[in-house]
Amino acid sequence: MGKTIFDKIWDRHVVKIIEDGPSVLYIDKHLIHEVTSPQAFSGIEKRGAKLFRPKQIVATADHNVPTINQHLPIADQLSKFQVDTLIDNCKKHGVELYGLGHEHQGIVHVIGPELGITQPGMTIVCGDSHTSTHGAFGSIAFGIGTSEVEMVFASQCVMQSKPKVMRINIEGAIQNGVVSKDIILFIIAQISASGATGYFVEYAGSAIRALSMEARMTICNMSIEMGARGGIIAPDETTYAYIKGRPFAPKDAEWEIKLAEWKQLFTDADAKFDVEININAADIQPMVTYGTNPGMGLAVTGTVPTLESITDPTEQQNFEKALKYMGLTPGQSLLGMPVQNVFIGSCTNSRIEDFRLVASIIKGKQKDPNVKTLIVPGSQAVAKQIIAEGLDKIFAAAGVEIRQAGCSACLGMNEDKIPAGEYCISTSNRNFEGRQGAGARTMLVSPLTAAAALLTGKISDIRTMLN
Amino acid sequence: MQSLQKITSRFIPLRIENVDTDQIIPARFLKATTKLGFGKNLFRDWRYENDDETKPKADFVLNQKQYSGDILVAAKNFGCGSSREHAAWSIQDYGFKVVVSSFFADIFKNNALNNGVLPVTVTDAFLQQIFAEDADATLTIDLEKQTITIDNTGASETFDINAYKKTCMLNGYDDIDYLLSMKEEIAAFEKARG
Repeated sequence: MGKTIFDKIWDRHVVKIIEDGPSVLYIDKHLIHEVTSPQAFSGIEKRGAKLFRPKQIVATADHNVPTINQHLPIADQLSKFQVDTLIDNCKKHGVELYGLGHEHQGIVHVIGPELGITQPGMTIVCGDSHTSTHGAFGSIAFGIGTSEVEMVFASQCVMQSKPKVMRINIEGAIQNGVVSKDIILFIIAQISASGATGYFVEYAGSAIRALSMEARMTICNMSIEMGARGGIIAPDETTYAYIKGRPFAPKDAEWEIKLAEWKQLFTDADAKFDVEININAADIQPMVTYGTNPGMGLAVTGTVPTLESITDPTEQQNFEKALKYMGLTPGQSLLGMPVQNVFIGSCTNSRIEDFRLVASIIKGKQKDPNVKTLIVPGSQAVAKQIIAEGLDKIFAAAGVEIRQAGCSACLGMNEDKIPAGEYCISTSNRNFEGRQGAGARTMLVSPLTAAAALLTGKISDIRTMLN
Repeated sequence: MQSLQKITSRFIPLRIENVDTDQIIPARFLKATTKLGFGKNLFRDWRYENDDETKPKADFVLNQKQYSGDILVAAKNFGCGSSREHAAWSIQDYGFKVVVSSFFADIFKNNALNNGVLPVTVTDAFLQQIFAEDADATLTIDLEKQTITIDNTGASETFDINAYKKTCMLNGYDDIDYLLSMKEEIAAFEKARG
């Protein structure tokens, strides 16, 4: 029987299978950041151990950094201490750090691919659930806890039970105005926030093949929002073209060797999946979430479910709790609802293509005067590219400020928070209670739908605004 | 890591589904560089009005005096979302030794096991039986036998845990000890793959 791409990569990285237990899985690349690494560094020191393979680790500061005046010392003392601790730890243990002010600094899941660190066939971990992003390159990438960060420090391995495999096939052409964020929000709305727990998901089909690398990253990024251990897309010409020439990409003769290896990374025709789901791309519309988990999403023109449509009493209770938090009523339409904030950023949608999409909508227009914006590039390199392409002028003319790179209002660890009770149309990945600030009401959308809200001050159907 | 063999305790029923780790420990408390003291901020925004410790929310179960114990019982998909191990640290630091649910998110389950907090997965029907009990009811979890029992009624279920993790938990070993002992094998693996 044939193998899935996931099996091929996994099997190649198993050092040992513990009987009736997990596998010891070798990790090629370990990405770290300031929030989930300090306790792992102190743990390893307490054991008197050394980092096993420090050269396979790359660090950046992203979760906790301000997005204005990054040349100044960080004002929040706790944040400053955490970022300084990362600097000290990296120096002490010989880990490469792209810290604040470094040209490679940025959100860990933006810089890995952008620098060519992320490559097909690798195993990649990071103390961050959105590590699934890197699966867009045909790698096995997943988020880990801090104990596991310490394990990788100690041994370059983690202990993992092999997950089951699911394939989601999306065939056909997507509608105009629909982008990859809508595809993944549609999938999660279909299978729920826990629908893929215990699985590693391969995304396949003609609609996936047609996507750019940035768009594929958006999809793999949100795999965790349906509970999946990770997402993976087999590499193809689009992947190779993206990687070629990037700072850490293989070069010359090594490129040819790697390319030949990467071309073997596909799911065999007779491979079996534990679950397969088929989706018709044409059914997908611009999406928006109405509740407090990413599975609570609907077409932007749709209506919030009614109480009667939910049969399970606990689910009904949770649905009511979510709607109360969001200030919405069952059965209502969302179209035309006023919003006070627009956040464009996060490891889901802060790459150059996302800014190009937004710029294409707001060009020559003005932002709605009642809307407050947080527009945050994913990396220093994205920020530079925005200027190189003149997109900064389009944003400035629309009355919109572009900030400096970081995770920002996606999780509200720094000052970038949404006020209690206000709505935020957000290109990020989580609409949990209080995620963007205590009492903040998040509605997840694509960059296009965010751009539409930025102009109108309302939840809008981007399809009515396209030429 | 603390070991755990058998526990009998009252429990705190959290009848909420999809409890994400942002609720367990909000991001603003992740600025710490140690594992200490997270318990006081467990479920912070569900526990207090406007982040004010003098204003506990009466409708939240951790604030209801009739409930206490070392076991947290939650509705399905507990621990979804962010990978932050701070969620497991805050649950442990608050004093919970066991979390019972009908479904756990993967990363949380690993994080809990790595911190000596036992995740016990029960069937939906059994979870409803636990939720139907009074505040003074107790549960007994026997890790060696892999059973969970509602002591009042004697209703019991077995739960899954892989043999390796069970041994770790029973003895208080952690994975890092194991991996450190494997270094030569790992180096040989590296050499073999080139």
